[in-house]
Amino acid sequence: MRHIRTIIDKEWAEVFKNRTVIGMLAFMPLLFTLLPLVMLSVTATQGMEGLDAASAGVPANFLKACAGMNAGECMQVYLVNQFLLMFMMMPLMIPVTIAAYSIVGEKTTRSLEPLLATPVTIVELLTGKALAAAIPGVLITYLSFIVFVVGLYVIKIAPLVRAYILSPTWMLAILVLGPIFSIISVMTAIFISSRVNDPRVAEQVSGVVIIPLMAVLLLQLAGVVVINLAFMLSAIVSCAILAVGMVYLGTIFFQRETILTRWK
Amino acid sequence: MIHTEDLTKVFKIGKKSKEDLIAVDGLTLDVNEGEVFGFLGPNGAGKTTTVRMLACLIGATRGSAEIAGYKVGTQNTEIRRRVGILTESPGMYERLSAEKNLTIYANLYDVPDVEKAVGKYLTMLGLWERRHDPVGSFSKGMRQKLAVARALLHEPKVLFFDEPTTGLDPEAAKVVRDFIEELKTEGRTIILTTHNLDEADRLCDKVGIFKQRLLAVDSPQALRERLFGRKSVFHLRAVDPNWQALVSLQPGVNSVEVVGEKLVVRLNDPENDNPAIVKALVNAGAQILFVGELRHSLEQIYLDLLHQKDMEGKK
Repeated sequence: MRHIRTIIDKEWAEVFKNRTVIGMLAFMPLLFTLLPLVMLSVTATQGMEGLDAASAGVPANFLKACAGMNAGECMQVYLVNQFLLMFMMMPLMIPVTIAAYSIVGEKTTRSLEPLLATPVTIVELLTGKALAAAIPGVLITYLSFIVFVVGLYVIKIAPLVRAYILSPTWMLAILVLGPIFSIISVMTAIFISSRVNDPRVAEQVSGVVIIPLMAVLLLQLAGVVVINLAFMLSAIVSCAILAVGMVYLGTIFFQRETILTRWK
Repeated sequence: MIHTEDLTKVFKIGKKSKEDLIAVDGLTLDVNEGEVFGFLGPNGAGKTTTVRMLACLIGATRGSAEIAGYKVGTQNTEIRRRVGILTESPGMYERLSAEKNLTIYANLYDVPDVEKAVGKYLTMLGLWERRHDPVGSFSKGMRQKLAVARALLHEPKVLFFDEPTTGLDPEAAKVVRDFIEELKTEGRTIILTTHNLDEADRLCDKVGIFKQRLLAVDSPQALRERLFGRKSVFHLRAVDPNWQALVSLQPGVNSVEVVGEKLVVRLNDPENDNPAIVKALVNAGAQILFVGELRHSLEQIYLDLLHQKDMEGKK
């Protein structure tokens, strides 16, 4: 544990002195927390009397999620479900940024060789690096969610909509799927960073991790899928399998010699 | 302390290339405890690859190595605990302070009293006053000193110094060299790879001249004697052409050359043979100004051996 703690301490000490990373860590949560609050606040004040949810533009197969709600509340729940996907971008994008700067930074300063000469094991090294990148992503997502929930009370959102946001679907997404997403994004960043020499390139290429999330967002907008509890549970299971597979591949693929001779 | 047997490293160079790159070919070597061993060789000779294999950073393709009684390949963690390495590039965390850099490594090496070890080496290498400064603000020499401190934090028995003075100004290079001399007196075993042959001559008990394989290994003095023999130089007021023949008849003389106003005499045992030659020259009327030993530089030995290897390669 001492080695893993040291690696995490080193990563944070270094990465959090990087203004680009700090900017990213501050900007994304602010945007993804405030934007939904503003949009919910605007839609809450718009009169939708006389309209039903279907004619307000909510896809037909989403209407089941609006049982007992009026058109305005249904529209807000529909919007909220898109915001959930924006929230889920945080545990994907924040670890990518940290991991990209951390690994490419090691390459540019040539600090990998002395690091690998220590008794630290590759599992400890990868675990330390992965946790150092994943923990801030998860914590910032949690913190943003708390701010978002507090904001819902401030803007006096309808109780039914608030209950929907505090439902198991959202809770599982934020508390369980978020950390799994972080692991997937860290491993993606580690794999990609090992092949490039510019942290910005690593960050951009690693951005592919948001493509499946964007696809879900578009499919939901088109009314093809609805993010409900069943969808969330199946997403958790499949993403967990993917994360375990990626970690396993990482420990096989990254050996001292590979890191030293191929991470150039 | 260090023993290698037929240690070989072959790199696969790309999927399309049919030829493999033999970086190190059958290295068999012994370095005793407390010795400073100099690895000399041109760029691409395989010196760094050898150090990386011995430091358990990369695996050998063939052969075996043992460090401090532990086998490379199967007891790597034990070896890493006992080995300190100064890599070719210092590789420090530039945004972090000198103290933080060393603290990280002391923890990774499981040093029991981190604060004490870090303080000791920061003081010893004259970096204590700058301990809170980010390493990015350090000069090249200071970074190298910090890298030396990092290699010593866990008090390793064996040290690998890969080009420790390359790129340093003469003053910083001297500080590093003096420190290596100090480490030598502490009885640590040191492997030094260098291009600086004077440095190797000064610091090393033994040197190995290396180009993929070991071309020669011995103390610098023994290598000189083996390659060039021992030569005495008789500086004369003036040289008579007959004196060359006269000297060549003396016992123990292998050859005599006239170079300007000097006679360069290759001898088996100068300490015993010089007096007789002096006597013969004085009797023949020579005025001897002084007598000295012709000392070939390590550079000459190095170039000569590499030239021989290249010629063998062409045949």
